[in-house]
Amino acid sequence: MCRLTDLRQAVLERNDSRAERLRTELAARGTVAVNLLSSPGSGKTALLEAELRLARERGLPAAALTADLATENDARRLARSGVPVKQVLTDGLCHLEAEMLAGHLAGWLPKNTRLLFVENVGNLVCPASYDLGESLRVVLASVTEGEDKPLKYPTAFGLAQLVVVTKQDLAQAAGFDREAFLANVRQVNPGVEVLETSARTGLNLGTLLERALSVGEGAAVHRPVMARQAREHAPGDSHAHAEPHAHSGPHPHAEPHPHAEPHAHVQG
Amino acid sequence: MHEMSIAMAVVCQVEEAAREHAAVGVEAVTLRVGELAGVVPEALRFSFGLACEGTVLDGAELVTEHVPGLARCASCAREWATGMPPRLCCEQCGDSRTELLSGRELQIAGVRWVHDPRHALALEEL
Ligand SMILES: Nc1nc2c(ncn2[C@@H]2O[C@H](COP(=O)(O)OP(=O)(O)O)[C@@H](O)[C@H]2O)c(=O)[nH]1
Ligand SMILES: [Mg+2]
Ligand SMILES: [Zn+2]
Repeated sequence: MCRLTDLRQAVLERNDSRAERLRTELAARGTVAVNLLSSPGSGKTALLEAELRLARERGLPAAALTADLATENDARRLARSGVPVKQVLTDGLCHLEAEMLAGHLAGWLPKNTRLLFVENVGNLVCPASYDLGESLRVVLASVTEGEDKPLKYPTAFGLAQLVVVTKQDLAQAAGFDREAFLANVRQVNPGVEVLETSARTGLNLGTLLERALSVGEGAAVHRPVMARQAREHAPGDSHAHAEPHAHSGPHPHAEPHPHAEPHAHVQG
Repeated sequence: MHEMSIAMAVVCQVEEAAREHAAVGVEAVTLRVGELAGVVPEALRFSFGLACEGTVLDGAELVTEHVPGLARCASCAREWATGMPPRLCCEQCGDSRTELLSGRELQIAGVRWVHDPRHALALEEL
């Protein structure tokens, strides 16, 4: 006998609710997480190095976690700033997930941390689908990557709360068409702020820190159009299947995930 | 390739539901995939086949329902198909207060279960 069941469930529900829980946990301890996404080589590490050094000079408690497929070079570079740094080797997995991040933060993230920067795996496709519990999602592209980058990776740019265009010192040499880039960003994410930086010249150095700090102080964060549809809760959805976190208990966020199972990850 | 992670999440969720439904096999899983969900159906189909191996979903078919991206301008009420890459700014009034009506879906819509192993065999022989 065959039977058809209407099983309305969001595929990423488990990650989304874990991310929400982590965001709440971090907020409760006064930490703002910033998720940095870009293609490999866009300048995430270089920008972070400079921002972290500045944070350290200003006595601002910051920390960074950097994810890489295989090498520890980024952690070594970031550690030179003097703030706590953790390297996560994803062993081939193309993105971080909320549960993985939570696991790496446990027992490592210093209690007083105000800003936690997460350098995601260099990839503009996969990480875009995974909320990590960040309060600010930053997508970077360098001036050498072409003006149509936002159109080629609309999910990443469409969900960004801040877009950073790096390596401005090379803009002229690369023939970067600023207006075209901005128009493309506006097409997929109208209203998002675009910040131009150069780790070489120090252009707009410190702005990322300021944006992250103001998020921590409760400033309104850009809400991308693409994030304005509740992906999984279309009207009429039934939630007959157990929700990953119930809001009925007195401590909804203190409970371990009711469906927690060893989460296998694909390698290679 | 995150399609593998997504396929594994689908398998995980269907396995859980299979226990509740006392199903012994799965004939087909239907997924609603929005135009703006950031998932490539072909890549997903390939990963799904691999992720099903050795589970109650072994041999299951993946059926994808395409959900087009649809947007509405909050200031002039114009509605349009977003296309891909999406146009999310209102072309009539230039306003950016756009609402996304659909296109981000990535959800399991339904599952066709196999309940009786003898019947499943009979089907295979047909
Ligand atoms: N000219 C110039 N080069 C940069 C800048 N930022 C990064 N780079 C270079 O770009 C390359 C990749 O930078 P990296 O920070 O490792 O990129 P990531 O892969 O995104 O972390 C390195 O050789 C950097 O020295 C910049 O602002 N200007
Ligand atoms: Mg790096
Ligand atoms: Zn309009």
